[in-house]
Amino acid sequence: MKKVIMGNHALSYGAMLSRAQVIAAYPITPQTQVVELLSEMCADGTLNAKFIKVESEHSAMAACLGASLAGARTFTATSAQGLALMHEMLHWASGGRMPVVMGNINRAMAPGWSIWTDQNDSLSERDTGWIQFYCSSNQEVLDTVIQAFKVSEKLMIPSMIVLDAFALSHTYEVVEIPEQEKVDAYLPPFKPAFRLTPDDPHAFGGLTSPDHYMEFRYKLQKDMEKVPALVEETGKEYEKMFGRYLGQVDDYLCDDAELIFVTSGTAGYTARVAVDELRQKGIKAGNLRIKLFRPFPFEKVRSILSKVPKVAVLDRNVSYGHHGIFYQEVKSAMYGQSAEPAIFGFIAGLGGRDITRNSFQEIAEYALKKERPEEEIVWIGVKK
Amino acid sequence: MNKKKEVKKIFFNSEEEMPLVAMSVGSMLYNKTGAWRNIKPVIELSQCIKCGICWKFCPDAAIEIVDDWPQINYDYCKGCGICAEECPQKCIVMVEEEK
Repeated sequence: MKKVIMGNHALSYGAMLSRAQVIAAYPITPQTQVVELLSEMCADGTLNAKFIKVESEHSAMAACLGASLAGARTFTATSAQGLALMHEMLHWASGGRMPVVMGNINRAMAPGWSIWTDQNDSLSERDTGWIQFYCSSNQEVLDTVIQAFKVSEKLMIPSMIVLDAFALSHTYEVVEIPEQEKVDAYLPPFKPAFRLTPDDPHAFGGLTSPDHYMEFRYKLQKDMEKVPALVEETGKEYEKMFGRYLGQVDDYLCDDAELIFVTSGTAGYTARVAVDELRQKGIKAGNLRIKLFRPFPFEKVRSILSKVPKVAVLDRNVSYGHHGIFYQEVKSAMYGQSAEPAIFGFIAGLGGRDITRNSFQEIAEYALKKERPEEEIVWIGVKK
Repeated sequence: MNKKKEVKKIFFNSEEEMPLVAMSVGSMLYNKTGAWRNIKPVIELSQCIKCGICWKFCPDAAIEIVDDWPQINYDYCKGCGICAEECPQKCIVMVEEEK
């Protein structure tokens, strides 16, 4: 069945079809309509889940962790300051190996208050041990929620589904809603190997001495390293059942490109319009959209970018005192490779400022003119 | 929790034999947190009505019910005083620890 829905509701439908059993959320700004629809689904019986309304995002994540540890499939959603308030609990989720799936609508961090998009909220949580998927269409959002539960529950690592505020969250698109029976066949019920139960009592997360702490972190990293292959496997399985492939990256006209725009989120679609325009002018441009950001898809990114002389990385975020975060990541992935392209870093679109075709024309002009990057950051669209 | 049970330190030699998470790694039994205590709860059993509220409220599970009566496990009780505060009979008093 096809429906015209907004990105927020694509998350809700994804959680519904995944048969989430517990949803805990804080309902006030910067929250979006994700949990509004889920609470209605819980109330009218469309979704047989326990909806827990809490007094803060920290408590929302804490409630999710308890539910997940008890063996329930658990979902929540947040944004910006709300995600920041969860920060401590995010470490508990990954360190405690609780496969919660969360939607995060990329909203810029205050001050000043903003409800518009940029990525500093989710990227500030880069090192918390969560899998992060950056989506670029409402269809991809819905599909990725289902895939994320499968990946997370197999490896016992939580997942964050990230989407741009307004550009996706409040934008209506046609979305194919998969049939429940087929989703059930793809995603079996959550049956963890250990759980919190009176039948077999255990103490979880107790004091862990230097004799053992490091090994727990080693195990988390080793399992993180298995994510890219599992995303590939489950993405292909999803394609077989639903006709849509869900990969680690998404490349457009990269094979013969002389300049590749590296993007994430919705900026990729704009980049592709710019790529088409540049190709009409005889410039071989391409676009690599990074969907899986944590763990970083080293293999995919290296195989695509090592064939191209120039790479322009677009960041809708900034690591103050360094530069764009995707720029850091791409440079680190390409460092020491036998074919290392010239990599340029651009920052645009902070706090919801539009990233347009012209932004990419400006980026292309700069990157094609220079041999090597001369500045750490090239700012696009700042009123100087 | 049986205080008479011998508590051995759990030690793993390799990550392969370890659980996925810090789950019953033994530290809560091995570390005798009673040594942290400055004041200790003492129950006047003649006033006790066996309601179990102290047992329920103890955040460290350091109160056991033995033959229907509450018994404090001083190996682990940190002396927080919640049991004394919550006791409806006020028959738990906090007394200075003498060493």
